[in-house]
Amino acid sequence: MNVLNNATLIRRELIIRLARLFLQNRMDEIDRVPLEMFPRRSNSIRCCIYKDRAMIKYRLMALLGHRMEEELDELTPLSEYARLAEERENIEAPILTVLDEACSACVRANYYVTDACRGCVARPCTTVCKKNAIQIKDGRAVINPDLCVNCGLCKNECPYHAIIYVPIPCEEACPVDAISKDEDGKEQIDYDKCTFCGKCMRACPFGAIMERSQLLDVLKLLRDKKPMVAMVAPAIIGQFSAELGQMAAALKQLGFDEVIEVAYGADITAEKESHEWVERMERGDRFMTTSCCPAYVETVRRHMPNLAPFVSDTASPMHYTAEKCKELWPDAKTVFIGPCVAKRREALDDADVNYVLTIEELGSIFIAANIDVQKCEPIGLSNPARTDGRGFAAVGGVTQAILHAVQGQEVKGELIDGLSKQQVRALKRYPETCQSNFVEVMACEGGCIAGPAVINNPKLAKRSLDKFLNQTE
Amino acid sequence: MSEKIRVEICTGTTCFVMGGAELLMLEENLPDNLKDMIEIKGTSCMDHCKSNPASQAPYARVNDKLIKQATVFKILDEIKKLTGE
Repeated sequence: MNVLNNATLIRRELIIRLARLFLQNRMDEIDRVPLEMFPRRSNSIRCCIYKDRAMIKYRLMALLGHRMEEELDELTPLSEYARLAEERENIEAPILTVLDEACSACVRANYYVTDACRGCVARPCTTVCKKNAIQIKDGRAVINPDLCVNCGLCKNECPYHAIIYVPIPCEEACPVDAISKDEDGKEQIDYDKCTFCGKCMRACPFGAIMERSQLLDVLKLLRDKKPMVAMVAPAIIGQFSAELGQMAAALKQLGFDEVIEVAYGADITAEKESHEWVERMERGDRFMTTSCCPAYVETVRRHMPNLAPFVSDTASPMHYTAEKCKELWPDAKTVFIGPCVAKRREALDDADVNYVLTIEELGSIFIAANIDVQKCEPIGLSNPARTDGRGFAAVGGVTQAILHAVQGQEVKGELIDGLSKQQVRALKRYPETCQSNFVEVMACEGGCIAGPAVINNPKLAKRSLDKFLNQTE
Repeated sequence: MSEKIRVEICTGTTCFVMGGAELLMLEENLPDNLKDMIEIKGTSCMDHCKSNPASQAPYARVNDKLIKQATVFKILDEIKKLTGE
């Protein structure tokens, strides 16, 4: 599904409204937002405006950092949740929440008999079904979801092409089958299986899966003039149709004291990882995979422990950047800003990373603060990165950096561009089947510039990134 | 037609975040017969977002005609009106 759809735009508008209320010190008015978004007699998206308003409330809860599952009393107003969010000191897991009221509980069986069914005499669908799941009711075939096992034989057999395959978008998108229906048909995430790749969130046409945002936590510290460092992911290049220096200026205008590129840490990752690769090859390892993509690292940890010995022990660019920040500015809080959902998970385990914002959240906050990045006077960044580190933003970038670092060595690189169900199955066999000696794995197809929380079209972002890298090389 | 049709796409932060980024894909969606007749450029904030609610973004302009909540298809429609297709 295209990143830019109405569910995305509603989320962005809500982030803008929320940030604006906070910046203007009007948080007590937050209870009005659902009414303002869906005033009386406006067009509803769902069954009625009252349901739409309720969904806006739950979205705002997630944007305030809460989980819908926390709601014990439906009468608790948003202003109370906002107050609780402002009091919060720590970020807690899980980083996602499923708005079960927003989940439309899509089809229980993936096969559906459409109006094109003529209730024919031959009825091959009923004879081919091994589970006896198809009955004829009112002159038409009907599939009983309790018996259907989604084999698809009936679809192939129907002479009228009357049976269609209806996907469940979130389940289809999840590479590790971590999302499934509860007894009411609503989706739920199994957090023992979830790798936080964000694919379900992006796939759900009802926007029922949301991140628990930390934007209020960050805005509060900025308001209170606490020392703050923004660590911007390499993928931020090309996200705002502005120069990196303008982005840094915009972040300072927002109240950050320092801005540092995570590409600085990526340079360290590339250097350490290349040494590690050489050592591993010398000791006779078959291959080594990258470790910078947190969704991939989680996938290995939870679903393919047999691959773990082959994953690089080098820490991620975010970690090395945060470590440097704590050394340079020990009192400052660090905020990672990137396109990634899984980084929130990684940050929970990294004492040097205090908060994570997405590029989408940052863009929306800029709007709320009336900051036009393009109109900012560019400034220099602390510890500017090299081209290699900046290249981590797109698939192939890590390999490129490693190739540069280990010149003269025989690197047989391989790119895993996006983790799908099939790719996960293939990777599980890699300890036996791998034909290369360096494997770069990116959970998002295209790399970080195509992450779940980007603003720009990945194709255009890649173009700007390449242009920038060529200029700075 | 002698003069090219000017398409300006706002790339100010408000428009860019609210969907303007995608509008720059217009170039790739232009039918072959229109390619030489159109001049596409990104422009800095035209201040329309200041006078209207942000939900009217992104903005684009085809010659002198302002398009609110612009999409690639809305822009193409406007172009086709001018070319008489």
